[in-house]
Amino acid sequence: MIRFDQVHKRYANGREALAGLSFTIDDGELVFLTGHSGAGKSSVLKLIALIERPTRGQVFINNQNTAGIRPRAIPRFRRNLGVVFQDHKLLHDRPVADNVALPLIIAGVPKREVDKRVRAALDQVGLLGKEKNGPLELSTGEQQRVGIARAVVAKPALLIADEPTGNLDPELALEIMKLFKRFNEVGVTVVIATHDVHLIEHFAARRIALSDGRVADSGLARVPGPQ
Amino acid sequence: MKVQAYFARHAQTLLGSLGRLVGQPFATLMTMGVIAVALALPLFLNLFLANARTATGNWNEAFELSVYMDKRASAARVATAAKQLRQRSDVAAVRIITADQALLQFRDDSGFGKALDALSENPLPDTLIVTPTLAASTPEGTEALKGAIAGMADVQAVQLDTEWVKRLHAMLDILRRLVALTAALLGAGVVLIVGNTIRLDIQNRRTEIEVMKLVGASDGFARRPFLYSGIWYGLGGGLLALILVAVAGAVLARPVDALAKLYGSPFHLQGLRFGMAALVLGLAVGLAWLGSWLAATRHIRAIEPT
Repeated sequence: MIRFDQVHKRYANGREALAGLSFTIDDGELVFLTGHSGAGKSSVLKLIALIERPTRGQVFINNQNTAGIRPRAIPRFRRNLGVVFQDHKLLHDRPVADNVALPLIIAGVPKREVDKRVRAALDQVGLLGKEKNGPLELSTGEQQRVGIARAVVAKPALLIADEPTGNLDPELALEIMKLFKRFNEVGVTVVIATHDVHLIEHFAARRIALSDGRVADSGLARVPGPQ
Repeated sequence: MKVQAYFARHAQTLLGSLGRLVGQPFATLMTMGVIAVALALPLFLNLFLANARTATGNWNEAFELSVYMDKRASAARVATAAKQLRQRSDVAAVRIITADQALLQFRDDSGFGKALDALSENPLPDTLIVTPTLAASTPEGTEALKGAIAGMADVQAVQLDTEWVKRLHAMLDILRRLVALTAALLGAGVVLIVGNTIRLDIQNRRTEIEVMKLVGASDGFARRPFLYSGIWYGLGGGLLALILVAVAGAVLARPVDALAKLYGSPFHLQGLRFGMAALVLGLAVGLAWLGSWLAATRHIRAIEPT
């Protein structure tokens, strides 16, 4: 599904975020990317979403070398990918339903189908009945769940999240993580960047620990107690 | 189904961008007002020109040539000359004013009555007043006729008072070019105004565009609402311009009619024709669309998620 091969990323300001990073994530896996801030977690996600391109090395998504994806083809590529952000990135001047519907409208899904799938997605994140609310009327945890609903509404095979629990208290954070776990259980490949090592101890999932732009440690997290 | 969904989506975006403009009525009206003024100015000039041409066109038909005959020519020879002229295809009518008639009229008109009695003989020649046909009533036609008459026997001089008409036509020609230039400049102004408005709009909605691109929107998709905004600006500005011109025409119609009556002219101020109004609207929408397209294409491409 995802393969990084000796990937280097150096930004215009000279900072080297990734230094020869290699790893593979299989179809249907749930993977936590961990590491201190600046370890390269965000860079990995940006390379997967084609927000950035590698300086050297290669990134394969679905056996396709992303270097071969032209700028014009990026929108289509992103429609097969769900992205969740720490700051939600919701459009505050539109109701929840419109925010969630955005990827479907962009993909040209007929209106009746859009309504149905928006309700299904909101149901999955437990926000059915909040369609007409504005995002700012919701709590931070609810806003994050709107963001997740938007990421999954088009049923992407790959879901990536950058610090999705960064602004949440531990209880809400755990709930959000369980939500991701549930999507993973129905076959979605999920990659979550987080610095919260305690939180992910609850999940039996592989983690890739980054340090200075390289893999420092990779393996299954310790098997948790009751989830 | 797919085509239907496509149109439904466009209609939705169209209405959405209208709703956004209505949501900021003051800013929207300002922009439309600027467009309206830019369009109304060349429209006014154009209407003025069209009316001026109609008015001078009427005068054009009133051309006459005064042919002064040689004083030695007998009445019979003058009559022969008049007959020859009447046979020409570019002459509509010939009127003979004999030297005696001319003197009588001059005596009445000038008030020199007594002084003229002191003259031993009539100093005025016989005169033919030649009216060209309508087809020959162009500056070139009358000029040719004048040349032909000057070459005839017994003709002393031909006077054609068209100099002022030629000058007027030359001035109108310059004016017409000025109008075209003004229209081109102000049209470019409309493109720039709309382009700038859309650029600011895009800056204000930068986050939204970033998010849309992140969830897979193409540049074209992100650009669409801004193009529709441009179309609305053009439509609104064009309609306002037409209203401005109509109001100005209504204000001017009465005094112009009064002036024409003073000159005994049936002239009547011409308003905007339907075809012209449609052209103005189409042009306004086209220019505004171009402005929004230029700005949106350029600035939306520059916005990339980070």
